[in-house]
Amino acid sequence: MENALHIQQLSAGYPRHPEVIKYISVGPFVPGKVTALVGPNAAGKSTLLRSIAGLIPAKGIIQYNNENILQLSLQRKAGIISYMPQYLPQDVELTVVESLISVLKVSAFDQLNSKMASVRTKAFDALEQVGIVQLALEPLNHLSGGQRQLVSFAQSIIRHPKILLLDEPTSALDLQHQVAVMQLVRNYAAAGNIVVMVLHDINLATRWADDIVVLHKGQIAAYGSPAAILTPELFKTVYKVNTVVETVHNGMVQVHVESLYNH
Amino acid sequence: MIQQTNISHSEVRKLAELSFDRLQKKRGLILIILALIALLSFCFDIALGPSSLPIKDVILGLFNSNAVEDGTHVIMWKIRMPSAVMAVLVGMALSLAGAEMQTILNNPLASPFTLGVSGAATLGAALAIVLGISIPGINRNWIVSVNAFVFAFGSVLLLQALAKWRGASVNVLVLFGIALVFTFNALVALMHYIATPEALQQVVFWSMGSLGRSNWEKVQLLAIVLAVIIPFSLATSWKMTALRLGEDRAAGFGINVSRLRFASLFRISILAATAVAFVGTIGFIGLVGPHIARMLVGEDHRYWFPASILTGAVVMSLASIASKMLIPGVLLPVGIVTALVGVPVFIYLIVKKGRRS
Repeated sequence: MENALHIQQLSAGYPRHPEVIKYISVGPFVPGKVTALVGPNAAGKSTLLRSIAGLIPAKGIIQYNNENILQLSLQRKAGIISYMPQYLPQDVELTVVESLISVLKVSAFDQLNSKMASVRTKAFDALEQVGIVQLALEPLNHLSGGQRQLVSFAQSIIRHPKILLLDEPTSALDLQHQVAVMQLVRNYAAAGNIVVMVLHDINLATRWADDIVVLHKGQIAAYGSPAAILTPELFKTVYKVNTVVETVHNGMVQVHVESLYNH
Repeated sequence: MIQQTNISHSEVRKLAELSFDRLQKKRGLILIILALIALLSFCFDIALGPSSLPIKDVILGLFNSNAVEDGTHVIMWKIRMPSAVMAVLVGMALSLAGAEMQTILNNPLASPFTLGVSGAATLGAALAIVLGISIPGINRNWIVSVNAFVFAFGSVLLLQALAKWRGASVNVLVLFGIALVFTFNALVALMHYIATPEALQQVVFWSMGSLGRSNWEKVQLLAIVLAVIIPFSLATSWKMTALRLGEDRAAGFGINVSRLRFASLFRISILAATAVAFVGTIGFIGLVGPHIARMLVGEDHRYWFPASILTGAVVMSLASIASKMLIPGVLLPVGIVTALVGVPVFIYLIVKKGRRS
C-alpha cells in the first residue's frame, strides 16, 4: 500500500551502541490504525521510534509514499512526521498558545499561510481539538503533568502530520489523563493517520492499540493483534515473567503478571 | 443543553483569542517603554558625575549641540559621551549574548561571565600586559584588546567543542564553564605573581572592568559588531523559541539544531569577546538582563531578544551612574557595581532552579 509505513532492514543506534536495533523489518502500519511498541527496558523501542522520526542516524529503508523517509530532508520529513517526546522541558516561560505558534512558524511547510492571524487561528483550532482552549494563556511552567501532556499532544498534531509518533505518552499520568490522551490518539488515527507509540504498560497497549510490536534485544519478537500474539510463552522469553493472558469482553486481551520466571 | 455548552465554548475561545492579542500588544508596549527608559538612563548617565549637568541641557545638547554652552558641550561629547555610549553598547552585547546562551544551553544560569568567557579575556589581556606578547601587524594600543578577544573567542570555541561532544549534557557544559572560570583565574593569578608592579597594577585595573578606557574608535567598532549581529539573532527568533520546547521537538519540526547552536555560539563569542575586550570583566549583565526581560515579556524570542538587549542597556547605564555616585568624587570600576547587583540575582536563580527540579 502506498500510504502505509513500511520498515525494511532497519538498523539504528548510538555512537557507543551502534546497533541497538538490527535489521528490523516490520509493517505495514496503515492509516487509521494505532500500533504500540512494547518490550522490556533497552529492547530498542525508543530507538526504533526515534529512528523513524529521523532523530538518530539509521540504515535501511522506511518506505512511505514510494519514498525512503530516511533520505528526506529535515524539512520535508517535518511535513509528514511528528514526534512527541516523553517530557516537555521544565521552566519555560512561554504561554501555551505561544508555544503552538512557534511550532507553526518555525519552518515553512505545505499550504500554510504563515500570516500571524491565520497562524493564531490554527493554534486555537488545535487547542480546541484537544479540548484545552481554557489553557491558552497559561505559561507552560504552571501546568500540571496531565495538562503538559495534553499541550504536548497539541504541539504534535498542530501541523497535521500523516505519521504521528509518541514516546510513552501516558507515563506519569493519572488514570483520567491516561484515558484522555489515549482517546485523542485514537481519534487522530481515526482521521486517517498512522500512529505509532511506545508504551510501557502492556495492558494500555492491549486496550488502545490495534497492533502490537514486541521488541526484544533489538529484534522483533512478535507482531500482530494482541489476541493473536500475546501468550504466556512470549512473556516468559521476552519479559522473564509468568503471566495469565485472559480474553475479556469483545475479544480484548488482558495480561496478569503473576511472578518472576526462573527456569 | 448541548447547544449551550457549544456557545460557551466558542465564547471561551473568543475571549482567549482576545486576551492573546492584548498580551501581544502589551509586550510590544513594554518594549517601547524599555527603550524610553534606556534613553532616559543614558541621559542621566551623561548628566551625572563630577560637575553634574542639568538633565534639560543634556537632552537639548543631544539634539542640537549649539543650544548649550561650550563647557557643557565639551563635557557631554568629549568626556561623558564615549563611556556612556559604551555602557549602553556593552550592556546590549552582553545581555543578548547571555540570552542566546541561555536558550541554546537550556539553562538560565548561563552567561558569558559565568561560563568563563570574561575570565578568558582577562587572561588574554594579562598575557599581553605582563609578557608584552604582541601579534605582528597589530597597533600597540590595541594589543591588549585583541589578545583579550582572541582568548574569549577561544574559550567559546572550547565550549562549542564540548557541546558537540556526544554525551555532554547541558548541565555538564555549565559545570565545565565554571571549571574554565577557575582555571583562568589561576592562570591570571600566576600572571599577577610574575608581573612587575606597574604591569600588576594595569592587569588588576583591567580585570575590574571599567568604562573609562572607552574612546570613539572602540565605540564605533562595538556598534558595528552589534549592528551586524543583532539582525541575525532576531532572525532566529522562531527557531529559538521552538528550541525551548526541547531539542527532539525542535529537530522534529525540521530545525537543524546543531547548526542553529553553532551559529548562535559564533554570535555569542563575537558579542561577548568584543565587549569584554574593550571594557574588561563586567560580570552578570548577561545574567541579569535576560532575567529581567524574561519576567517582563516571557520567552517568545521575538520579544525576549529585543527586551534583553534593552534591559542590558538600562542595567549598564544605571550601573555606570551608580559607579559615579556611590562614593562621591570617586569613579568606581563599573564591574564592581554589576557584580554587587548580579550576585543576588544569580543566587536567586540557583535557588529557584533547585526548587523546581
